[in-house]
Amino acid sequence: MTTVSLVPYDEALDRYDPVIGLETHVELSTASKMFCGCPTEFGAPPNTQICPVCLGLPGSLPVTNRAAIEHTMRIGLALGCSIAEWCRFARKNYFYPDMPKDFQISQYDEPLCVEGGIDIDVDGSTYRVEIERVHLEEDTGKSLHVGGATGRIHGADYSLVDYNRAGIPLVEVVTKPIAGTGREAARVARAYVTELRDLVRGLGASDARMEQGSLRCDVNVSLAPKGSSTWGTRTETKNVNSFRSVERAVRFEVERQAALIDAGERIVQETRHFHEDTGTTSPGRSKEEAQDYRYFPEPDLVPLAPPREFVQGLLDALPELPAARRRRVATEHGFSDLDMSQMANTGVLDLVAATIAAGAAAGAARGWWMGYLVGKASESDIDVHDLQITPEQLARVVALESEGALTNKLARQVVDAVLGGEGEPDTVIATHGWVVADDGAIVAAVDQAIAAQPDVVERIRGGNLKAIGPLVGAVMKTTGGQADAAKARTLILERLGVSE
Amino acid sequence: MQLTRMTAVDVAARIASREVSALDVTQAHLDRIRAVDDKVHAFLHIDEEGALAQARRVDAGEVTGPLAGVPLAVKDLFVTRGVPTTCSSRILDGWIPPYDATVVQRLRDAGVVMLGKTNMDEFAMGSSTENSAFGPTHNPWDLARVPGGSSGGSSAAVASYEATLAIGTDTGGSIRQPAAVCGLVGVKPTYGGVSRYGMVAFSSSLDQAGPFGRTVLDTALLHAAMAGHDPRDSTSIDAAVPDVVGAARSGDVRGLRVGIVKELTGEGYQPGVEQRFREAVDVLADLGAEVVEVSCPHFAYALPAYYLIAPSECSSNLARFDGMRYGLRVGDDGTRSAEEVMSQTRAAGFGPEVKRRIILGTYALSSGYYDAYYGQAQKVRTLITRDFASAFEQVDVLVSPTTPTTAFPIGERVDDPMAMYLADLATIPSNLAGNAAMSLPCGLSPDDGLPVGLQIMAPAMADDRLYRAGSALEAALVERWGHPLFEEVPEL
Amino acid sequence: MPSITREEVAHLARLARLAMNDEELDHLATQLDVILASVARVGEVAAADIPPTSHSVPLTNVFRDDIITPSLPREEVLAAAPAAEDGRFRVPRILDEEP
Ligand SMILES: [Mg+2]
Ligand SMILES: [Zn+2]
Repeated sequence: MTTVSLVPYDEALDRYDPVIGLETHVELSTASKMFCGCPTEFGAPPNTQICPVCLGLPGSLPVTNRAAIEHTMRIGLALGCSIAEWCRFARKNYFYPDMPKDFQISQYDEPLCVEGGIDIDVDGSTYRVEIERVHLEEDTGKSLHVGGATGRIHGADYSLVDYNRAGIPLVEVVTKPIAGTGREAARVARAYVTELRDLVRGLGASDARMEQGSLRCDVNVSLAPKGSSTWGTRTETKNVNSFRSVERAVRFEVERQAALIDAGERIVQETRHFHEDTGTTSPGRSKEEAQDYRYFPEPDLVPLAPPREFVQGLLDALPELPAARRRRVATEHGFSDLDMSQMANTGVLDLVAATIAAGAAAGAARGWWMGYLVGKASESDIDVHDLQITPEQLARVVALESEGALTNKLARQVVDAVLGGEGEPDTVIATHGWVVADDGAIVAAVDQAIAAQPDVVERIRGGNLKAIGPLVGAVMKTTGGQADAAKARTLILERLGVSE
Repeated sequence: MQLTRMTAVDVAARIASREVSALDVTQAHLDRIRAVDDKVHAFLHIDEEGALAQARRVDAGEVTGPLAGVPLAVKDLFVTRGVPTTCSSRILDGWIPPYDATVVQRLRDAGVVMLGKTNMDEFAMGSSTENSAFGPTHNPWDLARVPGGSSGGSSAAVASYEATLAIGTDTGGSIRQPAAVCGLVGVKPTYGGVSRYGMVAFSSSLDQAGPFGRTVLDTALLHAAMAGHDPRDSTSIDAAVPDVVGAARSGDVRGLRVGIVKELTGEGYQPGVEQRFREAVDVLADLGAEVVEVSCPHFAYALPAYYLIAPSECSSNLARFDGMRYGLRVGDDGTRSAEEVMSQTRAAGFGPEVKRRIILGTYALSSGYYDAYYGQAQKVRTLITRDFASAFEQVDVLVSPTTPTTAFPIGERVDDPMAMYLADLATIPSNLAGNAAMSLPCGLSPDDGLPVGLQIMAPAMADDRLYRAGSALEAALVERWGHPLFEEVPEL
Repeated sequence: MPSITREEVAHLARLARLAMNDEELDHLATQLDVILASVARVGEVAAADIPPTSHSVPLTNVFRDDIITPSLPREEVLAAAPAAEDGRFRVPRILDEEP
């Protein structure tokens, strides 16, 4: 790979104004596909969820999944969009092996939802992101590239295609160009995608798991000299598959484009691909000829004309949206401004709120996410949202801990096991036989510890309560960590007739 | 008693009364196919085993109904589970579909015996059945002439007594035109009246499946068995099927207002065709119909609009034949890319007419040309629909010759696409508007002795009017001739 | 009067994934010229304020319920494929990411 010269991000944005734009694809969590009854479950063996329709067999015809239309409209409404009174699907024509019909049923000039917007908070500042459109289309299959050095598409000998994903409903949310974010461009981009993820999850419209590809993002970036009245040429970076990558992709494009402009070169309007390993982008195939998708109205599907009262009903039934929930969480649970901004900055606010909603105490919920899970995520270099634990699961652990059924140490072990994919907390506990030692066992362990360490006992009796450590340690060791340390301490002091 | 010469009504009644067995009827047709199909080449595939098995089910009383045991020929555009389906294209050579078209399923359930799959113009693109990768079909009235198209295998099969009934598809006239030139009754039902699920798409917004028969009543019975709402087809109309059988049984045109479409007669129409058409209209008037002339000024633009819309939709519908998932794959030598293999496969798999239309459609949809071609054609479509609407305010049905000429000689138009396209001049408007239309025989042209078809057009979901008028006209003409027209078809 | 060049036909053939040699391109260009001249007649109709018709059937809002129905047996589907491997469709190497 050729070395690209870069201008450091902050320096670049001292001299250039960035404009960003985001196209986010969200796979809906309907039970069946967009136009047929095949299941949508992730991870099924390849090509076991296909039928004549989603495999595009000759003669097959699509019939629209009502739930997919409703989810799309709910997403649009939650983003403040208006819902088209009449619109059609269109065919987007291009050949690609993982697209069974060699056209995609999508929407073109008549999207289902238009003209909305959402406020994004970054470090206490609010940025308005205008939404241009929200439309519905079908997903493609997935290719596995075989041979070559890297397993990547380039240099592969051939590919193996799995069409299970083909035909899963895919909502595309397109922002208008976002200007005026300055040095925060990269973080605004990330915060927007995070917010969108929280929103669609909150609506129950999608799992929005970036690591499973059910939320994918294309990032547009352009630069113009500061104060310039016109925008620069933009690039579109595809394949951005984590929140962190969204931020990195914007940063890299800013740095790359600034260097090119500095060198007097022209930015090429092109599609680029993001590389997770290096955090860089590279150009797609050089376009000998521009794509011409030859859109036309899909003749196999009749127009959509959502009745107004139905749309109003969807609007009235929307659940509380993430932004409103955050405001409520702050006031209801007494989080300080500092707590709020810390939680927002680490991106766990909604997770904390959801954990509280699932029954956990506010302090415990905050403590677990901020203290333990953020650390776990950064250990494995993934976004905290991509940890394999749900707020409900965490709330269960918190509940067990507060009941005394788990010690803090055991609780962490349970959380680790859930993260490791061992299943629900109760399953994990049952599998491992993790139980808090009963009082009798602790008392026996306390007596054993006292008998074994007379010198320590002497010091405690002499008033040095800080010397208790080795005794507590011995109790924990004897009980295999299943005793509660605070309880052991109280029992030891009680046994020795010493008061705090 | 010749089992192959009977009407469907007759054969079904005799099977139901156990006078003959479905097995005998089926075997008689299989024998007939074996005897004459070398000359006609109506069939691409005979499903002898499936046909005999179905006949046995009928004989065992497992399935009953007005068409139980009646032999049927199926255009090779309908997918049939376990039975090869090629659309007369090399690109689908060897493909065995894993599912049945809804129409096929319904007819199986009705006890119809499917003999096999019939030849056609490749992917239904053509008016002569010469655009088949597997060779042309011959018109039983004159083996040197075309049987019409694209459903020419189906029309030839019924006209040669190889099958009692047949199903075809009509995108621009592909049922009515072959019916006309083979002396049969053929109907394009209202768009949305018959399911398109499992019918390989040529032009989705125009395609409609329909019946062929030797009589109006036979055709009505098949129509009724095929039609009706299908939840698998989003464009299927969720309403009761018009009572086509009742209408065919009670033919009557007294007081019926019949409009001759001014734009569909005169210049470009063979004199003998025009003559037989006029005579038939006089018969209608004699029977008590009020005959007037009406003008549909935009019909003049139907042909160009059609040759933009149909190729545009086909360029997209036929994209899926890329050699990746089923059918032919050419050029995969381990070095070529998927893109190259797709291009090689499609180049080898499609015939010239299909390629021509794909390229034409690709052009018409291209950015920069869309508005002038595809967009403008869709507006013309609106105007044609309005022409029909105002005509149907004045009259109950419209009539015209079905085709400008009788069957033309094989080979005459293969190198002249524009001349070929003219065969559908009169039939195309009904596809663009989505209304119902029928062709029925109105005599043999005095200039060449070949069958002439009269087209009746009715508003959408008024398919019953076709049968009411058609059966009245048929009865009067048969009385005049002294026998049904198809009895004049030469012995093969 | 449209006059379509060999290069334009070649572009269309690439878009439509139809391999064609120069002779075929030239032949097709000649034919397309005739056909386009004829179909261009749609432009003679004054239709500025006429809405286009994409569907001849007056239906809207046709949906299915979100219910799972059986998929096809994989072996049957793959048996019809030109090439298959490991439960997947085997296709020649793909030149670039999805456009
Ligand atoms: Mg898209
Ligand atoms: Zn499916």
